[in-house]
Formats: sequence, structure tokens, C-alpha cells
Amino acid sequence: MKHLLNSPMVKKMSSLHFVIAILFISTFYVTLCNLVFPEGSLLHVSDYTVSLLGKYLCYALLALAVDLVWGYCGILSLGHGAFFALGGYAMGMYLMRQIGDRGVYGNPELPDFMVFLNWTELPWYWAGSDNAFVMILLVFAGPGLLAYIFGSLAFRSRVSGVYLSIMTQAMTYALLLSFFRNEMGFGGNNGLTDFKEIFGFSLQSPNTKLALFIATAVALAIGYAISHFIVNSKMGRVVTAIRDAEDRVRFVGYKPQHYKVWIFVVSAMLAGVAGALYVPQVGIINPGEFSPLNSIEIVIWVAIGGRGTLYGALVGAVVVSYAKTRFTAIMPEAWLFGLGGLFVLVTLLLPKGLAGLVSNLMDKVDPPSKAKQSEDPALQATTAENK
Amino acid sequence: MIVDKHGSPLSTLKSDSPDTKHGMILYVEDVSVSFDGFKALNDLNLYIGDGELRCLIGANGAGKTTLMDVITGKTRPDTGKVSFGQQIDLLQLDESEIARAGIGRKFQKPTVFEALSVFENLELSLAGDKGIWNALFHKLSGEQKDKIDEVLTTIGLTAEQHYPAGRLSHGQKQWLEIGMLLAAEPRMLLVDEPVAGMTAQETERTAELLTSLAGKHSVVVVEHDMAFVRSIARKVTVLHQGSVLAEGSMDEIQENKDVREVYLGEEQA
Repeated sequence: MKHLLNSPMVKKMSSLHFVIAILFISTFYVTLCNLVFPEGSLLHVSDYTVSLLGKYLCYALLALAVDLVWGYCGILSLGHGAFFALGGYAMGMYLMRQIGDRGVYGNPELPDFMVFLNWTELPWYWAGSDNAFVMILLVFAGPGLLAYIFGSLAFRSRVSGVYLSIMTQAMTYALLLSFFRNEMGFGGNNGLTDFKEIFGFSLQSPNTKLALFIATAVALAIGYAISHFIVNSKMGRVVTAIRDAEDRVRFVGYKPQHYKVWIFVVSAMLAGVAGALYVPQVGIINPGEFSPLNSIEIVIWVAIGGRGTLYGALVGAVVVSYAKTRFTAIMPEAWLFGLGGLFVLVTLLLPKGLAGLVSNLMDKVDPPSKAKQSEDPALQATTAENK
Repeated sequence: MIVDKHGSPLSTLKSDSPDTKHGMILYVEDVSVSFDGFKALNDLNLYIGDGELRCLIGANGAGKTTLMDVITGKTRPDTGKVSFGQQIDLLQLDESEIARAGIGRKFQKPTVFEALSVFENLELSLAGDKGIWNALFHKLSGEQKDKIDEVLTTIGLTAEQHYPAGRLSHGQKQWLEIGMLLAAEPRMLLVDEPVAGMTAQETERTAELLTSLAGKHSVVVVEHDMAFVRSIARKVTVLHQGSVLAEGSMDEIQENKDVREVYLGEEQA
């Protein structure tokens, strides 16, 4: 093991290559086991598991988005669930329109819930929602626009810290309340569901489920590559500087509010994509996704995984979500206590999260001979030259 | 007004350096600032010559830091005029625009980007485009690397250039912050208490550094340490209750009746 870690090939690999390699291998493995090995075989991965894994990968992308703004720029957003849900609703609208006349009321134009409300025509904001390109545009534009408006107002007025976090909670809560209303035209508390097909493929088909899982893995890899590029560019150094000393950044001649809005919008779009991929895999989007609790849970994933590392966010999201799936099956009422306890433990014992634990272990296996280079992610100072 | 692509009225400034035809680089005229009725600055007038090294002294609450805040755009005065050279009205610009116009500021408490390396701290401080797209696709040019190396030598941190700035000693952080100002190649430096918490030896080196900067840059130093002020200053301005009490060489200041009264509580004869 020590030998392997010291080999030049491993040394040369950055976290980007490592994460993409792991994603590729596990996606390939799951696909293979799902398609090749028959049900009942030990190596078989069921369709249910494929969808479950797809869901975890959506969460991982969402956590990545939060790490980008929180871990690197110090913006503790407790409202990222809102961007996720908006991306989900954009996809949900498209999927609703694909149902066509196969709904309960058989109306070829209107989704069931509109017929139920005695509406006679589509609201203006549903126009074009049956078009896949419009849907994709909305997945980016919806969360992006909300983040732009919210961010411009908040960051221009120099709202930061706990006040900003409270405002993001208020934002997602306000959206929760408005999406609950039937008059909003998004299906009220039932949300959007009973989807039939996506891009002409049946959502019930195992192959579609597998394709969605693969698409999510690809989206996560692309999202990771983009985030990796951002945090390793001068942009990443500016936002890290903003996190640590915003005033200094301003007096050096940058406009921190522009940088904050920019990274907030990019992050919101990543969250939106995660939501859009999540909805066809779970088959429903409802206002519950706007719940302030969801947004807090995302932050806990990132904290447990280790903020400011990117890969920590992925690990945290997958590990905690897996634990949630297992524990809620055994003792549903104890899960929240378990999550809370885990959060407290990690904060006390592993302030840098699981990622910090891993890099500590790596140090033990391979003591940093070049002690000047810190493995500590928060203090990691890689030189500008070797980038 | 011509507005650059970041929406700031600065493109005019990049080519137009401050107009110092009359030998002055900073004009502060009749400036008053009050906070909840307390007059932090009271009809203050101050002129700094191009290339001058000026020390500002005064008791706590005399308005030294408020004056720095006004010049760098952090605080807006209630009345008065502040201009950089003759033509650049600083009251129209925000902090980042003032920095890009050529005024660098060092804070009282050393403020550096702790998670970034010394090298990266200087990289971010270099003069040049501070916009988002530039930041995304920026590559350091050879010229810029040379500039950083030059600053590293000046501040004596070449060996520590890859250390995270958070690990530097207090004195080294003070120097790094001065280095960050130098990397930006400003016309004027405002330096707030540069030797606070420094050892005698470090203080001496800082004095040398600041003296060597004058001429090429205009330097304004706020300091409490009188021995330090004496060692660097050619001209000293004493602030008291938000206005200028006296101005002159250190000897003149020490002989000044008003100053003695304020500082030593001597009754005027």
C-alpha cells in the first residue's frame, strides 16, 4: 500500500483524476452487474439499487454545489435546497407534459391537477414546457436567476455571516409556502408526479433507470471538473481570500460582491441540475423539497465529508444518505437523533470531516517528507507555479 | 463618463494617473464626519505632496483611522472634498476603485489571506485587471513573476514564499501586507501602525523599508511609536479632535505650544 501510494503515477494524479476514475469505475461496475448478472446472482445489482445510487449521486452534486460557496467562499447557504427544488420543478413540468392524454382526466393539454382545479388553459409560465430544450434552459435559468437576484441584493448590501444564512432559510421557506398554494400552478402540496416517460423513453423501464443513473454520474463528473477548474484558478484564490478577509480583497482592488454573486449563481445552477436529475429517478417533486430542513441537511453532509475539499462533499453526501437509507429502515424515528449526534461527533472529533481523517491517515502511511507542504486542506498552500 | 466592462468608471483612470502638476497628490479639504453627533473629523484640511513621507500622530479618537477610512472610501464624509491629484474625485469611487486608482492601504491589524501562500497573496495583489473573466483564465506572465520575486526580496520573505500566510509571525504578516501594497504599484500608500507588535530589530527594518519607498511613492504613516516616527519622518501632522493641530518637522512639533498642551497638559503661559 505504501509502495502504491508512493508510486509516481499516484503522486501525479490530482483529486480530479482520482474522483473521475472512481466515478467511472463504479458506474461501469454497477452497469455491468445490473445488465449481465441475472437476478438472484450474488453479483446482481437490482434496478432499485441503481435508482437509489442515482439518487445519492444527485445528492453528491448538490453537496458539491454547497461546498463551492461555503467551503471556498464562506457563504453558508442554508437555502440550497431551493435551487435543487427549482431545477426539479423545471424537469417536473416537462415530465408532466409528456404524460399527454394518459392522465386520469385524459386531457391532452392540461396536467391532471389543472383539470381538477377547473382551469381551462395552461398558465403563461407553462408555455413551451413540453419542449426538452426549454426544460434544459429552465433547469439552469430558474435557479440561476433566483441566485442572481438574491445574491445581488444580499451581497451588494454586504449582508454576510449568520444574517445571510437566515435570509437563505427565509428564502427557501417562502418558496415552500408559495409552492404549497394551488394557485401557483405547480400542483400544490401534491406537487408533480405520475410521470410516464422522458425524451420518449418509459420511466418504468430498467434501461431508462440505468441511463438516468449513468447520466447523473456524467453530470457529477462534469460538475466536479468545473468546480475543480474554478477553485484552482485565480478565481478560486480570490474567493478563498474573500472568505478569509473580505475587506482586504476590496482594498486590493477587487469587487467581492461580483465574485460572490458569480460563484453563488454557478453553485445554484449545479444544484438545479442535481434537482432535475433527481426528479425522474424518484418520480415526484413536491414542495417538501423546499423544506428548510433539507437545506440544513446538505450543509451537514458537507461538514461531515469535510468542507473546502470538493471530494469531501461527495463522500459526505453519499455516506450520510446511505446511513439514512439503512437507519430509517430499522428505526425511522431515531434517524434525526442519529444525524444530529453524528454532526456533533464530527464537529468535535473531526473538525475537517472525513476528508481530514483520510489525509491524516495518508500522512501516517506516507509521512510528509516535504513537511513544508501542508496536507491540511484549510491551510493548503500549493504554489502558483506548479498549477 | 466612460464605464468599463465591470461597470466601473475606471477605464478613464487607468490611463490618467493622478494629476500632480502642483506637486500635491492628495487633497483633503474641509472634511467633516460625524457618528451619532460625535465629530470624528471636523473641517479637516490635509495636503500630501507627491513622493512625500508623512507621519500622522494624535491621541486615540483624534480621527486618524477615520481619515484613512475617508480617503480609501470606507467612510463617506458629511461635507468636504477629497481628491487624488487634482482631477480624481475620490468621493465618487468605492473602495475597490480607489485601490485600482493607485491608493494602497495597510490595516492596523495585519490582514493577509491566511489560507493562501505568501506567493499567492502577492499574486492577487498585483496591479491589473481585477474582473471575473480575467480571474478565471488568468496565467501569470514572466513579467508578473519577476515583480513578485522583486517584492519578495524587498520584504525578505523569499524563503517563505510557499508557506501559508497564516503561519507567518506577526512581524512577517505586517511585511507581507506591505508587500501586497507594493505589488499593486500604488502611487500612494496609507500605512496604519506598521510597527505595532514588532521587535526592535523588525521596527528598524520597517523604518528602512518605508523610508526607501518615499520618493517613488507617497507614503502616509499613522503611528503611536514616537521613536519610530522620529526615525522616519520628515514632516509630521498632529491631529486633535478631528482637525489638524500642528504640522512641521518633529522638532518643530515638539516645541509647539498647542501640541505640548494637548499631550502634556501644560498650561499655556
